[in-house]
Amino acid sequence: MTQFNVYRIGPEIKLGEIDISFTNASLFMVISTIAILLIFNFGAKKNTIIPNKLQLLGELSYSFISKMISDTAGSKAKPYFSFIFSLFMFVLFCNMLGMIPYTFTVTSHIIVTFVLAAFIFIGVTIIGFIKHGIGYLKLFVPSGVPMVLLPLIVVIEIISYLSRPISLSVRLFANMMAGHTMMKVFGGFVVSLGIVGGWLPLGFSVALTGLEILVAFLQAYVFAILTCIYLNDALNLHH
Amino acid sequence: MVKKIIFKNLIVYFLSINFVQAAESGGMPQLDPEFWVSQIFWLVITFGILYLALSKLILPKISDNLETRKSQVLDNLELAEKQRNESESKLKEFDSIILKSKIDAKNLFNESRKKLLDDINKKREKLEEEMDKEVKIIEAEINELKKKSPERINKIAIETSEDLINQLIGAKVNNSSITAIVTDVASKNKTQ
Repeated sequence: MTQFNVYRIGPEIKLGEIDISFTNASLFMVISTIAILLIFNFGAKKNTIIPNKLQLLGELSYSFISKMISDTAGSKAKPYFSFIFSLFMFVLFCNMLGMIPYTFTVTSHIIVTFVLAAFIFIGVTIIGFIKHGIGYLKLFVPSGVPMVLLPLIVVIEIISYLSRPISLSVRLFANMMAGHTMMKVFGGFVVSLGIVGGWLPLGFSVALTGLEILVAFLQAYVFAILTCIYLNDALNLHH
Repeated sequence: MVKKIIFKNLIVYFLSINFVQAAESGGMPQLDPEFWVSQIFWLVITFGILYLALSKLILPKISDNLETRKSQVLDNLELAEKQRNESESKLKEFDSIILKSKIDAKNLFNESRKKLLDDINKKREKLEEEMDKEVKIIEAEINELKKKSPERINKIAIETSEDLINQLIGAKVNNSSITAIVTDVASKNKTQ
């Protein structure tokens, strides 16, 4: 489990009583941010009719996410495009950087994913109340439900709404942690079984690496698309 | 009030003890709250910078690029369509010009052929006329010659027979008697 350890890099920084030291987690957040900014900055720099590779990457990502948003949340969600783009890219790059050996996976920490999810949850709730006022509470009352079942349904809806940040954050965190733990376990098997029996877990390890890269992309996508769906609930209130 | 605060503190205390124990007993480092605040702090900073830079600097550029490409492609398509129409109309014009010139050439050919035929006919008529004239003159000459020839033949016959008699017998014969004989023979020949 040492791969998930957070340790201080450099001196201890304190803001009053609070410890905000630069850690390896901070380092990989900074690396992800810089990598995203560099890639997309160079991708957006030149404007040619036939794009070069980086430009193509930037433009494909742009149209991919813009299509995802318009498919799930409609045209009203356009102002939130930059946020969802940043979110997707941040999660994707943190996940992918974690796939490099000896790196730290930022998204394998519940606190990081929970802060992201809580921010989304609070933001979406605020947007919903701004757009629909108190009528946003209608979200908890689905139409076409018999009166007898209504109290039960409303309670279930409220619980499911409140559990959104938890499910969103735990999904990402658990996926990343489980994947890395599994790879660590199989890696350990390779070492302990040695040259005689280590080939099977080694093969598994290779296959798992491929799977984990898929999961890294998929979880970033799921995170972004669930954000879009929550945003859709807040913007277009029809259950 | 005091009770409430004490209660709260107790809860926090127990919670933190639990987390610390979990971390110390080799549990998940994720549940160790030591660096939680630091992680939140740096997450907010990095994600904030990322969001600001992407939304203010980079994404508008990419969107602009896409827009300009789209409009340029549309422009090019429009231009191509326009040029195609233009070339089609030019082609039609070209065809009509060729058709017209073909008709012109045909007309010109027919006209000149007609003219030429007329000319040839005229010249032939003229030539024939001239030939007829010449033939008539020559015929007249021949007729005249024909008319004159018996007299001259008679004259020659008289002269030669005179000479012959002169040499054969050495005597001069009367000219008029010979003439009578010759004309008699000639008329006999004629009747035969």
